[in-house]
Amino acid sequence: MLLEICCRTGIIDPLTVIPPSEMIVSMVDHIGSGELNESIFNTLSTIILAFALAVGFGSLAGTLVHRFSRLRDVADPLLASYYSVPTFIFYPLLVALLGLGKAPLVVLGVLSAAPAVMISTLSGLDGVPPILMKLARIHRLSAARALWWIVLPAALPRLFTGFKLALSYALIGVIAGEFILSGTGIGYAISFAYQSFDNRAMYGLMLFVLLVAVTANGILYVWEGRLARRRSVG
Amino acid sequence: MTEQSHVVLNEVVRRYEGPPAVHALGPINLTMRRGEFFSIVGPSGCGKSTLLDVLCGLVRPTSGSVHFEGRELRGEVPDGIGVVFQEDSSMPWLSVRQNVAFGLRTSAKPEKEIAELVDHAVSFMGLAQFADRFPAQLSGGMRQRVCIARTLVLRPRLILLDEPFGALDQQTRLLMGDELLRLWRETGATVLLITHALDEAAMLSDRVGVMSARPGRFIDMVETGWPRDRDSRIVSDPEFGSLTARLWSCLREESLKTMGRAA
Amino acid sequence: MNDVPLEAGLSSRASRRRIRAFDAVVLTLLTMALWQAIGSWTKGVAVSPPLPTLLYLFGLLRTSMFWNHAAATLAAFLLAFALSALIGLALGLIFGLKRFAGEVAEPVLAGFYTIPKVTLYPVVLLVFGLGMSAKVAFGVMHGLVPMTLFTLGAVRNLPPVLIRTSRVLRLSPDRMMRWVLVPACLPDIVNGLRISFSLSLLGVLIGEMFSSQRGLGFLLVNGMAQNNVPLSTAVVTVIVVVAIAANTLMLRIGRPAERRANRK
Repeated sequence: MLLEICCRTGIIDPLTVIPPSEMIVSMVDHIGSGELNESIFNTLSTIILAFALAVGFGSLAGTLVHRFSRLRDVADPLLASYYSVPTFIFYPLLVALLGLGKAPLVVLGVLSAAPAVMISTLSGLDGVPPILMKLARIHRLSAARALWWIVLPAALPRLFTGFKLALSYALIGVIAGEFILSGTGIGYAISFAYQSFDNRAMYGLMLFVLLVAVTANGILYVWEGRLARRRSVG
Repeated sequence: MTEQSHVVLNEVVRRYEGPPAVHALGPINLTMRRGEFFSIVGPSGCGKSTLLDVLCGLVRPTSGSVHFEGRELRGEVPDGIGVVFQEDSSMPWLSVRQNVAFGLRTSAKPEKEIAELVDHAVSFMGLAQFADRFPAQLSGGMRQRVCIARTLVLRPRLILLDEPFGALDQQTRLLMGDELLRLWRETGATVLLITHALDEAAMLSDRVGVMSARPGRFIDMVETGWPRDRDSRIVSDPEFGSLTARLWSCLREESLKTMGRAA
Repeated sequence: MNDVPLEAGLSSRASRRRIRAFDAVVLTLLTMALWQAIGSWTKGVAVSPPLPTLLYLFGLLRTSMFWNHAAATLAAFLLAFALSALIGLALGLIFGLKRFAGEVAEPVLAGFYTIPKVTLYPVVLLVFGLGMSAKVAFGVMHGLVPMTLFTLGAVRNLPPVLIRTSRVLRLSPDRMMRWVLVPACLPDIVNGLRISFSLSLLGVLIGEMFSSQRGLGFLLVNGMAQNNVPLSTAVVTVIVVVAIAANTLMLRIGRPAERRANRK
C-alpha cells in the first residue's frame, strides 16, 4: 500500500521502483502471454527435483550424523557455518564439472537446501523424548517399526520446519543459478530484463517468483498447522 | 524355584563402567510369587529404577541372573511384561484411543477384537469420555491413566510401575491406588510398584521391600497380610500405622545417608 | 549420580578433545584431496587446486589492496551485525513480552524468513544505490529476522515461575532483567547471535558482489569476471575459513551459557 502511494506520488523515482499495481499488471501480462511457460516449467521442475533430492539426502545424512556422535562432533560446526557462505558462487564450478543444462542447477539447489534438512533432522531426532525409545523396547518393536511409528511422528514438527526452509533455499539456489549463468528459466528471464533495463518485466517476474514462494510456503504452513493442532493445547 | 515363583532375581548386581565407575545396584535376591502385589520403597538414587530396568529386560545385570516364568532374560524384553514409567510416555500425536491401541498394532488380531479390547481398557480406566482427545488436552493424571490403559490392553502377566503417581496430588494418588488394586484383581497379574510414598506401599501391597541407599540392597521385607479385597480405606486399620512406622524406621537412616551424600 | 569425581570428568574431556582434533585434521586432508581432484579434473578452469591457491593467497595477504578490501567488508559487516543484533534483540524482547504483539509478529517474521530474499535484491539496490549503505542494508535484511525470532522464542519459553520468583524477591526491573531473564534466555540469544552473525556476513558479501567496488565480495566477483581463477578461489577459501572459525568459536562460547541455564 505504502509503496503504491510513494511510487504514484513520485516520492520514489519511477525509474527505480515501479508501483505495485503496475508490477501486478506486468506480471499478469508476461505470465498470461504464455511466452514464458516453458521457462516456468523448467524452473519449477528443477526446483521440485532439487527439493526432493535435498530432503532425501539431508534426512539420510542427518540420521547418520545423529547416530554416530563422532561424525556429529565434526559436522556440527560445519553445518553451523554452512550458511555463511553464498553457495551460488560455486555455480560456475558446477557448470565446469557438469556442463550446462539442468544438472548444475539441480546440484546447486540440493547444495543449498540439504544442510537445512540435515540441521532440522538432527534437531528433530534430538527432540524425541528418550522415554518413547524405552517404550519402543518394551513393546518389542523392530528397529524399522520404532523408526516409522515412534521416531518419525515424534520428530515431525521440527522436520517440517526444515522442509519449509529447504523449499525456500532450493528455490533461491536454482533461481540465483539461472540468474548468473543460464539460457533458460525464470532466473534467466529476470536477468535478461534487468540487463535490458526493462524494469516492468523484471518486477513483474520478481513478483511472480515471490508469489510462487509464498504460495508454496503457505501450503506447507497450513499442512503443518493441521498436523500440529492436535499436539498443542486446545 | 517353585511353581509359584513368577520372577526370580539371583545375586543381581548392576555396575556402570563410567568414568566414573558406579555400583548402582545389588546384590539383589528376590523372588516374586505369582499374583502378588509387591512394592519397593527406598531413598532416592538407590537404584529402584535400575532394578525395574533389569527386571523387564531393558538392561542386563553385570552379574547374577533374572528369570521370568522360568526363562532367563538375556537383554531382550520378554512377552507378557507391561511397564508404566515415571515420565509421561503417552504419544502426543495419537488420540487416547490410538495410544491405547498402540500395543496391539503388532498383534495379528482382527480389527474388531482390537477395538473391543481397546474400548474395554479405555472404559476400565475411566477414559471413555476422552477417548478421542489428545494427550495435550488432558491432565497429568489422565495421561498416566492412558499409559496404564495401554499397558492393560495387552493383558500382561507382570506389571511394573515406576512411581506412576509421582506427579499427582495426594487425593488423586489415593484414588489411583484404588484403581490399581481393581486392575490387579481383575487381571490377576503380578504387580511390582516402585514408590517413594510409604503409605502408598503399605496400603496397596501384599509385601513391601525396603531398599538401602546406593548400592541398593534389600534391608527389610514386610508382609502386610492384607485381604485381597482391599482399598484405600484400609488406612483406618490399626495395623496400617505400625506398618508404616516400621517401614520408616528402616528407611530413615538410609535416607539420611543419601541426603548427606548429596549435600 | 551426582558425586562424579572431577578428575574422571577431565580426562574424558581431554580424550574427546584429542579425538576431535584428529578428526578435524582428517577432514581437512580429505577436503584438500577432493579439492585437488576437482581442480585437476577441471584443469583449473573454475577452481584452482590447493597448492597454487595457497601460494597465491600468501602473496595476496601481503598486498595492501587485499587488506583494504577486507577492511571494507569488516566495517560493513560489523555495522550490519551490530544493527541486526541490537534491533533484533530489542524487537524480540518487545514481541516476547507483549503477548499480543508477539503472536501477530511471529508468523509474519517467520514468513519473511522463508521467502527468498533474492527477489528483493534489485529493490534494495535501487533504493539504497551502490556502496556502503546497500551492503549494510543487505546484511541487516538477512540478519535481523533470525535474531528477532530467536529472542522472541527465548522470552516466550521462559518458565513463568522465574518471573514470579523475581517478584517475590522484590527485584527491580533492571535487576530482574540482568540476574534472571538474560541468563535464562542466554542460550537462545547466543544461538540467535550466531545465526545472525552468519547471515549478516552472507548478506554483506552478497551486497558487495552486486553493488560495490570494495570488499571481499567484490574481489570475488571481480576475480570471476576477469577469469582470475586463483584469485576467486583464494577469496572463497578466506571466506570459508573465517566463517567456520567464527561459528566454531561462537558455538564454544555458547556452551557454558547453555550449561548454566541447565539445558541439553
